Amino acid sequence: MADLQESLKAVNKDKAERTDIERCREDFPILARKVHGKPLAFLDNAASSQMPDVVMHAYTDYHSRYHANVHRGVHLLSQEATSAMEQAREDIRELINAGSAKEIIFTSGATDAINLVMQSWGRANIGEGDEIIISTMEHHSNIVPWRMLCDEKGAVLKVIPISDEGVLDLDAYASMFSNRTKLVGIVYVSNTLGTINPVDEMTRIARAHDVAVLVDGAQAVSHLKVDVQQIDCDFFVTSGHKMYGPTGIGILYGKQELMEKMPPWRGGGDMILSVSFDEVIYNDLPYKFEAGTPHIAGAIGMGKAANYIKTVGYDAIHHKEQELLMYATEKLQAIDGLRIIGTSPEKSSVISFVVDGIHPHDIGTVLDLEGVAVRTGHHCTQPLMERLGIVATTRASMAMYNRKEEIDQLVTALHKATEIFR
Amino acid sequence: MDDKLSQLYQQVVLDHNKTPRNFRVLDPADFESLGYNPLCGDKYKVFLNIDEHNIVTDISFIGDGCAISKASASMMTTFVKGKHIDEIEKLFHQFHDMAQGKLDPENDPNDLGRLKIFYGVRNLPARVKCATLCWHTLHAAIKGKEKVTTE
Repeated sequence: MADLQESLKAVNKDKAERTDIERCREDFPILARKVHGKPLAFLDNAASSQMPDVVMHAYTDYHSRYHANVHRGVHLLSQEATSAMEQAREDIRELINAGSAKEIIFTSGATDAINLVMQSWGRANIGEGDEIIISTMEHHSNIVPWRMLCDEKGAVLKVIPISDEGVLDLDAYASMFSNRTKLVGIVYVSNTLGTINPVDEMTRIARAHDVAVLVDGAQAVSHLKVDVQQIDCDFFVTSGHKMYGPTGIGILYGKQELMEKMPPWRGGGDMILSVSFDEVIYNDLPYKFEAGTPHIAGAIGMGKAANYIKTVGYDAIHHKEQELLMYATEKLQAIDGLRIIGTSPEKSSVISFVVDGIHPHDIGTVLDLEGVAVRTGHHCTQPLMERLGIVATTRASMAMYNRKEEIDQLVTALHKATEIFR
Repeated sequence: MDDKLSQLYQQVVLDHNKTPRNFRVLDPADFESLGYNPLCGDKYKVFLNIDEHNIVTDISFIGDGCAISKASASMMTTFVKGKHIDEIEKLFHQFHDMAQGKLDPENDPNDLGRLKIFYGVRNLPARVKCATLCWHTLHAAIKGKEKVTTE
């Protein structure tokens, strides 16, 4: 009897800790708002996803109860702030299965994290004639820093080609390595196409050539279970605001032994053990790379967002989002003159498309006035657009809280756009 | 149709988008200028011939962009042809102010005529630059600049 009660308790506890994905929408107050007098259908999650109230409460809680600087004060507020921020580091570590919380560096976002790697690891390890491999579908954030480094060092940027469907040419990739190759920078999930790249396999190939790998996971963490140890990449970056957390915060994951050898990039407070005018002794990981007072509230919020994802569960998220993706793909394909850009068999819930005779910017305005928020433009992937021979697309990107009704609202609004322009 | 929508995409605008006027390269041209909006990728080139009295004798444009930017460019070319560059300069400022909602073309003094049709963009901040891109480009061409960007 006692056993039964115990197991019932365990079941109930498990239930209480799980957030039902069908009801998760209620956790996002913004989704109830209207725009232009219409219910909001927020389909711009790849640009920035919304925050559940637990994240916003954590943010406010820090400011209203224990705002103080971290790692410095002996007073209670500072201790509470420090422990909340370090707990967030641990919560994020757990989400991406890093081996140690020391391997999680808080940055201002994925872009900042890539720049950290470029400035520290890149400038120390890339020289004249060395080669960096990236792909055609990279976001500008994983192109520009490497272009800058190549220009500075006289290094060479090599680009993995893609098919018209938006799938990487892995044979070409495997043949691009030479004894001058130093780094592979690859996006996990394409923000424009939704393509999920086989980063495990790509890292294995790079490893065989003794080449370091950076995975841009900005579009991955909200959609699929990331395991940095399984991928075996050297670096992994992501942003808080693309995984239900706040803006202005993100992380760099780096392998501990690698990051211990890396020189610091930014200098300042918190990243030192001792300072004199003649000599500086740097702090240990992760603080060595966190100069200055960090975005404490952001870090705490990002930790809560990581926990929120865990309570919903990746299985439920994946199932729901793939269902939305299939539904939206089917509905959109049925629209006359509409062509989906990016049809990889492995895709996250992102659909880019073009419509004959209607510029994406005009589509965006019509949709906006119908309450549908989408992104239009080149999505910070201009080289990809050029490869595909288009200037811009309209992009609908779905999150766990979206509903089929919102896809219907999108489709109705698109019919309106085609009526106006035909 | 929604009020804002019908105000923005009037038949004249849709028509100029579909069949833009003066949509060609002017060769030779006294002046030319490239206008680019990096936000949306809209890109236009405006060509211009100006005679010794500073009258625009011919104007044309090429390029690609949304309906608002293309229609605005098309209507601009038909509107400024034969006008003095000082007059065009005045129109540029009036058009700019109208698009930003600082000038009410129905009540404030202006010479915008049929260009008033673009008053609707003032309600849509993201689209103001679409309507004004070609005007910035023309302005730069007259000033002898080579390239403008609205960002």
